[in-house]
Amino acid sequence: MEPEKEEFRSQVKLIYRYLVMTLVLIAAVFIGVVTILIPKEINSEYQEIVTNEVNIDPSEIVDGIHIPTGFQEGDGLPIVIEACTACHSAKLVTQNRATREGWIGMIRWMQQTQNLWDLGEDEEAIVKYLATYYAPEQKGRREILTNIEWYDLDK
Amino acid sequence: MKRRNFLKKASLGSMATIMGIDIVHAAAIPKGYIPLLFQDNDPYKLFGKDEEMTLLNDKPWNMEAKAHLLDDKVTPSKYMFIRNNGLVPKNIDVSKWTIVFDGESIKTPKTYTLSELKSKFKHYTYQLTLECGGNGRSEFNPPAKGNQWTVGAVSCANWTGVRLRDVLNDVGVKEDAVYIGYYGADLHLSQDPNKDAISRGVPMSKALMDETLLAFQMNGEDIPLAHGYPLRLVAGGWPASASGKWINRISIRNIVHDGVKMTGTAYRVPCKPVAPGEKVTDEDMCIIESMPVKSLITYPKSGAVLKNKRSLEIRGHAWAGELAVSKVAYSIDFGASWIDCKLEKATNRLAWQHFSATVNFPKEGYYEIWVRATDSNGLHQPMLLPGWNPKGYLNNACHRIAVKVS
Ligand code: HEC
Repeated sequence: MEPEKEEFRSQVKLIYRYLVMTLVLIAAVFIGVVTILIPKEINSEYQEIVTNEVNIDPSEIVDGIHIPTGFQEGDGLPIVIEACTACHSAKLVTQNRATREGWIGMIRWMQQTQNLWDLGEDEEAIVKYLATYYAPEQKGRREILTNIEWYDLDK
Repeated sequence: MKRRNFLKKASLGSMATIMGIDIVHAAAIPKGYIPLLFQDNDPYKLFGKDEEMTLLNDKPWNMEAKAHLLDDKVTPSKYMFIRNNGLVPKNIDVSKWTIVFDGESIKTPKTYTLSELKSKFKHYTYQLTLECGGNGRSEFNPPAKGNQWTVGAVSCANWTGVRLRDVLNDVGVKEDAVYIGYYGADLHLSQDPNKDAISRGVPMSKALMDETLLAFQMNGEDIPLAHGYPLRLVAGGWPASASGKWINRISIRNIVHDGVKMTGTAYRVPCKPVAPGEKVTDEDMCIIESMPVKSLITYPKSGAVLKNKRSLEIRGHAWAGELAVSKVAYSIDFGASWIDCKLEKATNRLAWQHFSATVNFPKEGYYEIWVRATDSNGLHQPMLLPGWNPKGYLNNACHRIAVKVS
């Protein structure tokens, strides 16, 4: 065989090999995308629709309460809405009272057991908000009865 | 759009572009999924609940009654509290519903269809008290985390089903069985199919009791969706979380069941008493079994003003977990004196008992009627909060209502 033909053949082989490798790579990436990314994407789609928009419309704040979520208005509210209403309702947050340490404890517990993600630099703002607006109140061993709705029983 | 999703979408989108595929909606919602926002999201309509019920949480659904709503002797569905841990299962096909029995202590795993369960075993009906372990949590100080139940996370309905014992006899259980653990069809809140929302259980001694049922009816009808349709494990007198909903699997374990919410701090209290707010390690937390003695004044509603009379009929229910209630008394002077109420016997073991009394007021003024039940071991309800615990369980402090006599 002539040398030029030989060289041409080996070059074709090389290009062919590269092509196959590239195709295999693309296929692997594609499979990876399909198996890893898409199911997650489907799952998070659910949350995304449920999650509130981060922009807060001032008209939605009435008497210091953000009406759509029930959260108190305050520094860090948009971040809290974003991070804390994806899985459960804001009601689960607003019912609770805790110190800074207590709130961090709940976040760690959700991270360890409930798939809550790393909140990164947002964590500080979230904890600050929670510890400020949802701090414990002293209740003693038994509270007095409050908010009694009086009604006439004889009627 | 949220950053996180945007990033994911961007990567998927650019991947698609590189590969020359046009994905318009990279994250299309699969068929059959209805975004929560577009669902009929009114739980009162969705679950047929009375509008006076209090909604504590809408994801997952948690709803409680008020004391005066629980006046019926047998709790109707509309006044029954909901404590969900995950998402209510969708598209339930009863004709295909099965329950698997497996676990280390089973001779051979066995599956029954719902209709096999119904036709093969004898049916029993019991009225059973189910109270959330966290009922009354809102009163603890320092506050305990979780849903802030007040007084209404308790019910006593009629449950019809087959005895778990009869089924276990048919399945064949090994000598070394210690515990049963249930699994249900509810999805974890994160939608991760590999995570259970809750998987609790009871020791064999409780599993084998006459009243422990695999129930398919509540108050003579199919169990309502929110309460476990089509099959629920019912273990009365224990924290209601032991009564798993939407059951499709029961594992017979040779260890204490270690499913979700059996371990850590869930449904556990400190093994030895602790000071309010004290840190307790997981190893020092013990599983709650029978619920403590408790009572509720269901009539009248708190806030009654009496204008033309000095006496008042009161009534309510009392229960004591595995035990019976031996006495119920009331006080209008903050415990200085107690007067016995009339107390009825339970319809069956583990059902609440009804009490009533005629209260006479010596003069005009503001009164509180406090009611205190005593169990068959002689233990009373405390007037103050019982021992503080990190998760705020087992608050059986006396219930009270306010009355004005003018
Ligand atoms: C990845 C999902 C997820 C996110 C996001 C999330 N949570 Fe949770 N959280 C849960 C689950 C699951 C529970 C348990 C719900 C139940 O038992 O009903 C829970 C429970 C709670 C509770 C009750 C604690 C208890 O012991 O029962 C509080 C309070 C709470 N979350 C606050 C927050 C706050 C604040 C944020 C924002 C930083 C947040 N959650 C974000 C999943 C999440």
